[in-house]
Amino acid sequence: MLLTQIANQKFAQITAGLVPSAGEGRGFSFPEINSILRWKDVVPGINKVIIIGILATLIGIVLFLVAAMKDGSKAPKGARNLAEVIVEFIEKNIIMETMGKSGLGWTPFLLCVFLFVYICNIPGIIPFIQMPATARMGVPMFMALMIWVVFNATGIKHQGALGYFKGVLFPPGVPKALYILVTPIELISTMVVRPFSLAVRLFANMLAGHLLLVIFALLSQSLIQAETMRVFLIPIGVLPFGLLIFLTAFEILVAFLQAYIFTVLTAVYIGGATHPEH
Amino acid sequence: MEALTRIAHVSARVAAELTPAELKANSAAQMAGLAYGLAAIGPGIGIGMIFGKAIEAMARQPESAGMVRTTMFLGVAFTEALALIGFVAFILLKFA
Repeated sequence: MLLTQIANQKFAQITAGLVPSAGEGRGFSFPEINSILRWKDVVPGINKVIIIGILATLIGIVLFLVAAMKDGSKAPKGARNLAEVIVEFIEKNIIMETMGKSGLGWTPFLLCVFLFVYICNIPGIIPFIQMPATARMGVPMFMALMIWVVFNATGIKHQGALGYFKGVLFPPGVPKALYILVTPIELISTMVVRPFSLAVRLFANMLAGHLLLVIFALLSQSLIQAETMRVFLIPIGVLPFGLLIFLTAFEILVAFLQAYIFTVLTAVYIGGATHPEH
Repeated sequence: MEALTRIAHVSARVAAELTPAELKANSAAQMAGLAYGLAAIGPGIGIGMIFGKAIEAMARQPESAGMVRTTMFLGVAFTEALALIGFVAFILLKFA
């Protein structure tokens, strides 16, 4: 009885000692989501996310321009080596596995998609930048819309408008009576769910990673800078800090994996639109 | 026991002092946690099964590892989307 009371008092003291990070109130409270994700405009209309997007485009262009100007007859090194590794990765691990040999013409497009998404993801773990551009819905949404247009246009170009929509809406090998069920499902899953899930997958993954990093950073900050009970709270604060470093390493993996999945799904959709199902 | 009843009294007093808007925000926050927790159950089981089966396939037939890996990531992407939609529901409930 006495022990629980003492423990309660201690607990109350400890929670009162935490630095509130936003607003008043006891303990640790999470800041408003807009203060994490909405950045002030540097120039009217241009904020951090847009700068990251522009830089991602420029880095990709410059890397491949520099690589293209190197002498191709010798063993590659430096920028050309990096560029060749990326192109080989796209061709071998993404296109050959999903579209086969006939899809190799799509290498430049998929290369652009992969590089842009990856370079937009990676600032989420770079210190002092710490913002994945894809954690704002605008970037993945327009990527997904563009890919929606591209795979539908590819299907119409290769199979003709009638053949493409017939293949999508009336998949062969289904009993005639079931088309009442299958056609609406196929229409929604191809035309609505595909771009939606493509965008939301990338967006939610990067936002979740960003929020996770923010939570553990704020937690270790409020524990390490506590005003009372410093003897207890500072050693405890080391734990979330260690997890923060581990999560930062984990986010590198997530950034790569999401760019990879985004590109693989793009390749699958384009490949499916190019060759009708049998 | 004494301590527990005291905590119950304190929380009852806190609940009585809240305005309706705050109460609504509170319940939305609780439901947000519940929503994400429920949304993570199915995909968690599903992703576990996908990875387990993929490892089994790779162990049985190591030469098909590349194809299995690509297909595995596709399956994971589709399954994970459900959990992520749950996460978006969490964000909408908690912050919107």
